[in-house]
Amino acid sequence: MACCGCNDNGNVAVKDVDKLDQILSKYEGVKGSLISILQDVQGLYEYLPIEALNYISEVTGIKLAKIYGVATFYTQFRLDPVGKHVILLCQGTACHVNGSKAIEEAICEELEISEGETTKDGLFTLTNVACLGCCSLSPVMMIDGEVHGKLTPKKTKEILKAIKAEEE
Amino acid sequence: MKLIVGQGSCGIAAGASKAYKILEEEIKNSGANIKLGSTGCIGMCYLEPIVDFIDDDGKKTTFVKVDEEIAKQIVKDIVASKVDSNENVISDEDKEALAKQKRISLRNCGIIDPENIDEYIESGGYKAIERCIKEMTPEEVIEEVKVSGLRGRGGAGFPTWFKFNAARQSPGTEKYLVCNADEGDPGAFMDRSVLEGDPHALIEGMIIAGYAIGASEGIIYVRAEYPLAIKRLNIAMAQAEERGYLNKDLFGEGKFKFSLRIKAGAGAFVCGEETALLESLEGNRGTPRPKPPFPAQKGYWGKPTNINNVETFANVPFILANGGDAFAAVGTEDSKGTKVFALAGKIKKGGLVEVPMGMTIREIIFGIGGGIAEDKGFKAVQMGGPSGGCIPAEFLDIPVDYASITKTGAIMGSGGMVVMDETTCMVDMAKFFLDFTCKESCGKCTPCREGTKRMLEMLEKITEGKGEPGDIEKLEELGKFINSASLCGLGQTASNPVLTTIRYFRDEYEAHINDKKCPAKQCKALLTYTIDPEKCTGCTICARNCPVEAITGTLKEPHKINPDICIKCGKCYEVCRFGAVSVE
Ligand SMILES: Cc1cc2nc3c(=O)[nH]c(=O)nc-3n(C[C@H](O)[C@H](O)[C@H](O)COP(=O)(O)O)c2cc1C
Ligand code: SF4
Ligand code: FES
Repeated sequence: MACCGCNDNGNVAVKDVDKLDQILSKYEGVKGSLISILQDVQGLYEYLPIEALNYISEVTGIKLAKIYGVATFYTQFRLDPVGKHVILLCQGTACHVNGSKAIEEAICEELEISEGETTKDGLFTLTNVACLGCCSLSPVMMIDGEVHGKLTPKKTKEILKAIKAEEE
Repeated sequence: MKLIVGQGSCGIAAGASKAYKILEEEIKNSGANIKLGSTGCIGMCYLEPIVDFIDDDGKKTTFVKVDEEIAKQIVKDIVASKVDSNENVISDEDKEALAKQKRISLRNCGIIDPENIDEYIESGGYKAIERCIKEMTPEEVIEEVKVSGLRGRGGAGFPTWFKFNAARQSPGTEKYLVCNADEGDPGAFMDRSVLEGDPHALIEGMIIAGYAIGASEGIIYVRAEYPLAIKRLNIAMAQAEERGYLNKDLFGEGKFKFSLRIKAGAGAFVCGEETALLESLEGNRGTPRPKPPFPAQKGYWGKPTNINNVETFANVPFILANGGDAFAAVGTEDSKGTKVFALAGKIKKGGLVEVPMGMTIREIIFGIGGGIAEDKGFKAVQMGGPSGGCIPAEFLDIPVDYASITKTGAIMGSGGMVVMDETTCMVDMAKFFLDFTCKESCGKCTPCREGTKRMLEMLEKITEGKGEPGDIEKLEELGKFINSASLCGLGQTASNPVLTTIRYFRDEYEAHINDKKCPAKQCKALLTYTIDPEKCTGCTICARNCPVEAITGTLKEPHKINPDICIKCGKCYEVCRFGAVSVE
């Protein structure tokens, strides 16, 4: 089994099956809880592995197409793993008016990725969001839950460089 | 003596938690008998972190922009009994901006501790529901709301009593009450402030509404991006249950019992639309349903359902405690009460304000918001977010009420007010909102899904200098068509930002298309960078910084930019120390 990553049914194995089962049993019999299930599962893996979606479908009987449809409809759900540090860059109205595009360019230049991508070393993922709710500090980005406000392209690059330096 | 730290999301972002820790340590070290507490957001985001000091006589002193140093100083000043000498005491001007407001739905925000139900009760909380259950029939409750003239604060402005009544009259015994806390307008955070700063007001408002329509179960649909709001709601709900306001026979009268739960959204703007929200609650993709049947007839799992916005609910306890007349006494003939606005953009004092309906836009932006940042010229204000429109300077003196705002082509909306100055390009702004709605379109109907994309492409073309004569007319035609042929409110309003900017700033569109110029100097492709040979000293810094080697020249001789190579990144403009680079 361990050799090819398959389990006895011939499916690709899911990690932490027992935890996944716990989530599923919590919502057993509660109709309409697919979104809540996916939120909990993403909480477990940081993203939604396709194997986990298969498993959810098998256990709950919800068609995989529907699960996939829901998972791709909402921006909260990710089908790919993310980097160690997730950069949430605000593209809300206030930040746009105060120059968030230039901040995005600075981040992309510094990390050599585009929006939605993860750096090759797996350190950073850049995600655009709409309003982090700190408009008076705009333009704003959030890294690992910490808000950085009143950004300039220069300040942004310095923040990223500091994180990189810490990782070395 | 007590110190209270404002700990809304904005306060925390500005460093309120750090200030709290320092205060805690300093109080301990000083040995002084000072209590330390937290509260929600008072709305003056530009002054965060904010700390209130209340002395033994009940006198309040507000400190603003409290960083670590100031926090230490505050405790020292309190111990030395000289708080007034502290440099960070709030200015009279800022105090006045607060005094010009009228607070009904934000009545407790920034004042009470949202995690302590006793503070809500001490400020008169849960009195309204007691009155309803003990003294009033559901019909009388609805009548009181009717007298108040309250209209929905979520966008459409539908009379609240009418919706309550429709759900009450709808046949069936199993009914639901839903709170729309999806707050999707990017750049607005009125509801978050209530959720974080006064969750019990929402809970009490929902219990009253539940009683009025005959729904024993309520659901709060909160956007997932509001973790602090969800946390505080959970705390508040647990406390309300403990005190017998939730899940128990209310006041032992044998009349009514209400249960409440939270459902976290998963990030989709369209789920703010009420029928899409219902789909999402049922675990599906959030695509709107055709209306009728309206939710009051067939809503959550096909049962009669009433959906209201957070701010709407937060007003309800005030109305039932003080009477519909007290609410109706504020505001104008067709728009009663107050409205909360999120002031953002190019404004000096950004944050949340709650004002009586009927105040002029000028008074809100200049009187309370302090005017335009860096004293630049006011150009327009966007109301209603992506569904709204821009209002130009000529309408600064109209009163803020539903009818007057609608006349301008914008909408009251949920309360977003984004201020733009002369450096904001209106075509770019229209493009920004359309880009948003285009990405957020659920894709169910063609006019919205395809139409917004075509409009966006046209706007992109225009901002890239590839616009052609006739484009404006095409945009208008397509915009009107999308508005009239889409299924839900998202598509029906998607082109409003474009149509209103064309209406008021047509010359700017024309400059982009005919002259290939962006008057606000924002659209990169339309800019030309040149070096003034008189001012250039030939220091070569521009040439060394240009990423594409478009700048040539020898040391101590004026340099030149080759427009064919220039990618208009603006590096030379940024680095020139002699102001020799100009942009047109
Ligand atoms: C695209 C779209 C997004 C909406 N977003 C919200 C929202 O974020 N919050 C909200 O309260 N209402 C929103 N609404 C309005 C709701 O559909 C609904 O009218 C409102 O929640 C009713 O509550 P009210 O009567 O208290 O205003 C939205 C409507 C549309 C069409
Ligand atoms: S108008 Fe747009 S968002 Fe609304 S149902 Fe149609 S495609 Fe979906
Ligand atoms: S628009 Fe960026 S924080 Fe609100």
